[in-house]
Amino acid sequence: MKAKKGIEVSIAASIAAQLARVEVISAYPITPQTHIVEHLSELVADGELDAAYINVESEHSALSACCGAAATGARTFTSTSAQGLELMHEILFIASGMRLPIVMATVNRALSAPLSIWGDHSDVMAARDSGWIMFFCENGQEVVDAVIMAFRIAEDRRVLLPFMVNLDGFSLSHVIEPIEFPSQEEVDAFLPPYNPLYTLHPDKPVTMGSYAMPELYTEAKYAQEMAIINSKQVIVEVMEEFGKRFGRHYHAVETYHTDDTDFVFVALGAIGENIKTAIDELRSEGKKAGLVQPRIFRPFPAAEIISAFKGKKRVAIVERVMPAGATNGPLFNEISSLVQSKGINIKLENYIVGLGGRDVLPEDFKRIFTGTVPPKDKSFDVIGVRV
Amino acid sequence: MAKPMDQYKWHELNVGCVIEEVGNAMEYKTGDWRSQKPIWTDAKCIKCGLCWLYCPDAAIYHTEEGLYRANLDYCKGCGICAKECKPGAIKMVEDER
Repeated sequence: MKAKKGIEVSIAASIAAQLARVEVISAYPITPQTHIVEHLSELVADGELDAAYINVESEHSALSACCGAAATGARTFTSTSAQGLELMHEILFIASGMRLPIVMATVNRALSAPLSIWGDHSDVMAARDSGWIMFFCENGQEVVDAVIMAFRIAEDRRVLLPFMVNLDGFSLSHVIEPIEFPSQEEVDAFLPPYNPLYTLHPDKPVTMGSYAMPELYTEAKYAQEMAIINSKQVIVEVMEEFGKRFGRHYHAVETYHTDDTDFVFVALGAIGENIKTAIDELRSEGKKAGLVQPRIFRPFPAAEIISAFKGKKRVAIVERVMPAGATNGPLFNEISSLVQSKGINIKLENYIVGLGGRDVLPEDFKRIFTGTVPPKDKSFDVIGVRV
Repeated sequence: MAKPMDQYKWHELNVGCVIEEVGNAMEYKTGDWRSQKPIWTDAKCIKCGLCWLYCPDAAIYHTEEGLYRANLDYCKGCGICAKECKPGAIKMVEDER
């Protein structure tokens, strides 16, 4: 076992990008992503990272610069939060449609208005259908490992898609955790230099981002859809190889104490740790609950979720985003549609928690377990809202 | 393109729809969009070349006599040449095809 280092997760994320030997970084600072890009710009300025750091005037330009850099064949990294991700929104689709393997650390934060700099999943969920692979981290070690795996997956010729590593603002980005860093040699052995399929180069001119007539657009989007569907196999392969090399094992869907219970929570991201604490406390009282934690949200790990739901009677889907007029939150809707289409008889409940940085305590999850009844006039329950 | 657009299957497209054939925009005859076309009255033409210079599609060419004509494969009939022609040698007319 290697020595662990106590370090702020944001700084650790930038060191992971350094270990991945990123060649171009373009980003615009926004809370709570700031420490990641600040540290990367320091590493570049101090000559510790041989990369170009492109300063820009907005997130729209940051991701546009990343698209250009990735098109030339450079390993490209960016990071943002909240309104910054929304300002990138248009370019998110350009990156995925052009199949550019950019890696972005998205430090999840609530969307304004009202202005909130604190964490929730409104930003990523508003971008969930942009064609990016989406990975959710529970702790700092996972952030480091995810950034390294992200390049390997995104740059695979069978994938060639942009990759979003999601980490919760503040509750993950700003905490100091013990983290084990792989050596540069180990990362180099796992992550070879990017070998792009096409590059913008005057020796062999190509057109990228061209125009598709109605005769071709459907086929082009179908090809992109097949790429994100098939990326799951590559994600699983890379996670397995990562586990063999580094001893930390990742799965498309993680489970915690799901074998001996008919009740599970489903949640994304750092909130999983609070739920695990609640589960441990419940189990010490002889009450059996489990957690099903999708590691990837796109591509949606349908088969793994179905398998994790085997023998379950009641599922509490916990989300950090308001449904905004939808029947339920986006994670619930995905799971509900999956369960319905597979004809699985299971009771699904939807709980909205932790909006705009509101604390969520293990007690909240224990109350959900012991039978909070969602309000009759709503299809979801907002935990802790004063009514 | 090696075959007409409506015959490509999804897996025959390059990743990200990258186009490797240089200059294949020539195959797309944008002149099909035209509803009007420019007609020159050569007697009025002073051979200044403004029509050639202003044409946004580079669809105006020199004739051997030093006069100008539009390549109707690519002329979209926008009328900029007629608007810019100082002696009024170019007139836009309905293109009945």
